[in-house]
Amino acid sequence: MSESDLVRDLGRRNFFKTSLGVAALSIAPGFLLFDIAHGKAQPVSNKVRWGMLIDTAQCKEGCNDCVTACNKENGLPSVASATSVQWIRKIELKEASTGRQVSLPMMCQHCEHPPCVDVCPTGASFKREDGIVLVDRHRCIGCRYCMMACPYKARSFVHEPVTDQNPDVPRGKGCVESCTLCVHRIDVGLQPACAESCTNKAILFGDLNDPNSEISKKIRAVTSVQVRADLGLNTGVRYQGL
Amino acid sequence: MKRLASLLLCLCIPLAWAGGDALPKIDIGKGGQCVEDTQWMRKNHMHVLKHQRDEVVHKGIREEKHSLKNCIECHASTKDHSVTARADSFCVACHSYEAVKIDCFECHSDKRKNAWLQRNAK
Amino acid sequence: MQAHPPMYFKNRLYYLLLAVGGLVVMAGLYAVHLMEEHGHVISGMNNQIVWGVPHVFAIFMIVAASGVLNVASIGSVFGKALYKARAPLASLLSIAMLAGGLTVLMLDLGRPDRVIVAATNTNLTSVFAWNVVLYSGMFALVVIYLWTMMERRMNPYTKPAGFAVFAWRFILTTGTGLIFAFLTARQAYGSALLPPMFIVLSFAWGLAVFHLVQTVLYVWNDKVLDTAILSRKKNLLGVFILASLYMVAMYHMTNLYFAQQKAFERFILVDGGIYPNLFWWGYVVLGNLIPLALIYWPGLGKTRSVFAASLMVVLGAFSLLYVFIIGGQAFPLNIFPGYATTSSFGDGQIAAYSPSIYEFLLGFAGLAIAFITTTVSVRVLNFMPQDKHYITD
Repeated sequence: MSESDLVRDLGRRNFFKTSLGVAALSIAPGFLLFDIAHGKAQPVSNKVRWGMLIDTAQCKEGCNDCVTACNKENGLPSVASATSVQWIRKIELKEASTGRQVSLPMMCQHCEHPPCVDVCPTGASFKREDGIVLVDRHRCIGCRYCMMACPYKARSFVHEPVTDQNPDVPRGKGCVESCTLCVHRIDVGLQPACAESCTNKAILFGDLNDPNSEISKKIRAVTSVQVRADLGLNTGVRYQGL
Repeated sequence: MKRLASLLLCLCIPLAWAGGDALPKIDIGKGGQCVEDTQWMRKNHMHVLKHQRDEVVHKGIREEKHSLKNCIECHASTKDHSVTARADSFCVACHSYEAVKIDCFECHSDKRKNAWLQRNAK
Repeated sequence: MQAHPPMYFKNRLYYLLLAVGGLVVMAGLYAVHLMEEHGHVISGMNNQIVWGVPHVFAIFMIVAASGVLNVASIGSVFGKALYKARAPLASLLSIAMLAGGLTVLMLDLGRPDRVIVAATNTNLTSVFAWNVVLYSGMFALVVIYLWTMMERRMNPYTKPAGFAVFAWRFILTTGTGLIFAFLTARQAYGSALLPPMFIVLSFAWGLAVFHLVQTVLYVWNDKVLDTAILSRKKNLLGVFILASLYMVAMYHMTNLYFAQQKAFERFILVDGGIYPNLFWWGYVVLGNLIPLALIYWPGLGKTRSVFAASLMVVLGAFSLLYVFIIGGQAFPLNIFPGYATTSSFGDGQIAAYSPSIYEFLLGFAGLAIAFITTTVSVRVLNFMPQDKHYITD
C-alpha cells in the first residue's frame, strides 16, 4: 500500500470523524515529496520464490555452526531444552539396514502448500508472495494447531517471557514461531544467517523461480529431494545426497 | 445530564493545566523534527504503526519512515537507549499518564539497534 | 435437638456444593494466571507435546456436550415421549459442558487476551475457525431449542428447533473429529475414520453424563426413576458402548494393517508405558467391559450399577482421550522413513510428558463451570423430567 493509501486509510478512520480533514490535505504533499525522494517501497512479488539446497555431503556431523548463527541472529536461547525455541536443528540420520549416516540441518521447509497455513484459525500463519512461510505474531493466539499440523516439527512455542530481542526480530511469549528464512535480512539483500555461517558451503540459498540463479542451476545438475515429498507440499528447501 | 457532565469535565481541564506537576515529564531522546506533524502524531501514531506493521509483515514493504524502529531511533533516551525503561521514558511517560496499556514491547525491542548490537557484539 | 424443616439440610448442602464448585473455578483461574505470567513453561507441555491435559478435559466436554443432545433428539426428532421429557435437561447439560469445555480451550491459549482476534480474523480453510462458528452456533441453537420447550407459546416450534439441533450437533462432532483427521503427517491422526468415531463416542459419553446427572437429580428430589425407563436407557447406553468400542477397534485395526503404522500401534497398544496401560485397563476394561457387565449381567442393571457404569464410561473416556491426544503426540514423527534419527529437538525419541497441577486445575475448573451452571439451573428452573404414566410409546 502506498503513502497516499495510508493517508486515505487513516482519514477514513479518523480525520473526517474528528473534522481534521484539513490536516490530511496539508500532510499529503509531504508524503508525495517523501516518495519522490526515497522511491516507493514495493511489496514482495511471487516472481521470486526463495529456497535452499542443502548438500548433506558437505554437512559435517557434530558441526552446529548454522544453529549457533541462527540463535544469535534471531536472539534465540542457546541452550536446547524440551521447552526451548529451536528454529533450526541438526539431525543425525542412520539408515536402519545399511548403517549409512547422514547429518543435516532441519528447519521450516517453506512449503508451497503449507499445512500450518491451512489449519491456522486466525490467518496468523501465512505464506508471503515470495514463498516465505511466516507467523504474524500480532494475530497468533497461541493455539499450537500449526505445530500439530507441521510434518517437519519446524515450529516452536514460546514457553517463557522473552527479553532483549533483536530489534529486527520481534518475538515474545505465548506465540508460535519458526524459521523466517531470516526475512529481515532477505529484505535488505542479505543471505539467511545459517547459509552465511556454513563454513562448508552446505547451504545454498537463492531464487527457485529464476532459471539463472545458482540454486536453480545446481538443482538442475544434481539429484535433490524434498523431505516427505509424498505429502505433496512442494517444499522450498531441498536436500542433496539423502 | 450529559451536558452537565461534560460541563464539569470541561471545568476540570484548567485544573489539570494548573497543576503542572500532573503532566508527564517526557524524555524525548534525540527528538528533533518528527516524520509527521507532532500534534498529528500524538493523535495518530498508533494507526500509523498498525498500518505499517501489516505492510511489513505481510508484504515486506519495509519503509523506514513510519517504522517502530525509526520511532525508537529518535526517541529512545540518550541515557539508556530505551523508550520504556524508566517512568519518564518516551512511550511509558505518556501511556501511563493516559492509562493506556502498550502491547508492543512484549515482543518488540525497546532499544536502539546500535545499542543492542554493541551489547551483543561478541 | 432442634428440629429442622426437611429442606434445611438440603439448602445448606446446595450452597456448600456451589461454594466448592466456585472454589474449584477460582483455583483454575489462578492456575491460568500463573501460566500467563510465567508462560507455559510451568505446565507439563513442551514443544513435542503441545496439547496436554487441558485439551483432554476440553475435548471430553465438547464431545459429551454434543452427545448428550442425543437424548433430546430421540425425543423431538423421533417423537419418543420418554426422551422428550428429558430433552430440557439434556439441552441444559449440553450448554453447561460446552461452556466448560470452551473456557478450558480458550484459557489454555498462549495469548488468551487476543481471543478477540480469533473472532475478527478468520481463516476459512482452518477447521479450528469452522469450529468457532460451530460451537457458537450450537450454543445459540440449543438456547433457542430450550426456549421452545420451556415457553408454552413457543411449543409449536420445538420440532423444527429439535431438527436443527440434531443436524448441527452431527456437524459439530464431525468438526471436532476433523481437527485430528486433517493432520496428515501424524501417525496417530489423519484418518477419515475419526469423525464418525467421535460421533459414536459422543453418544456413549453424552448418555453416560446424562445418566449421572439424572440419577443425582432423582435422589435429590426423593424420586425413583421408573424401572421400565431405567431399563430402556441402560440398554441404550450398552448399545452405544458396544458401538464405540467397535469404532475404536476399527481405527486400530486399519492402522495395524498398514506397515508404516505398525511401530505406532505397537507403542500405543503394547510397549508405550502409560499409554497401553491406560488404553487397555482405563479405556477397554474400566470404560467398556465392566460397564457392559454392570448393565447386562443378570441381576445387575439396577439404579446403582447403571450409575457406576456411567461413571466408568466417563473415566474410560478420559483414558481414551489421554492416550489419543497425548500418546499420539508422544510417538515421534516419522520425518525420514527408514532412518533412525537423533537431534536436540526430540527427533526419533518418545516425547516425555508429565502433566502439571496447573493443567489439572484448569481442566477441573472447566468441569466446575459445567457443574455450577447445571446446579443453579436445575434449582431455579424446572428441568426435572416429567414422566406421564403411559410411557409405553
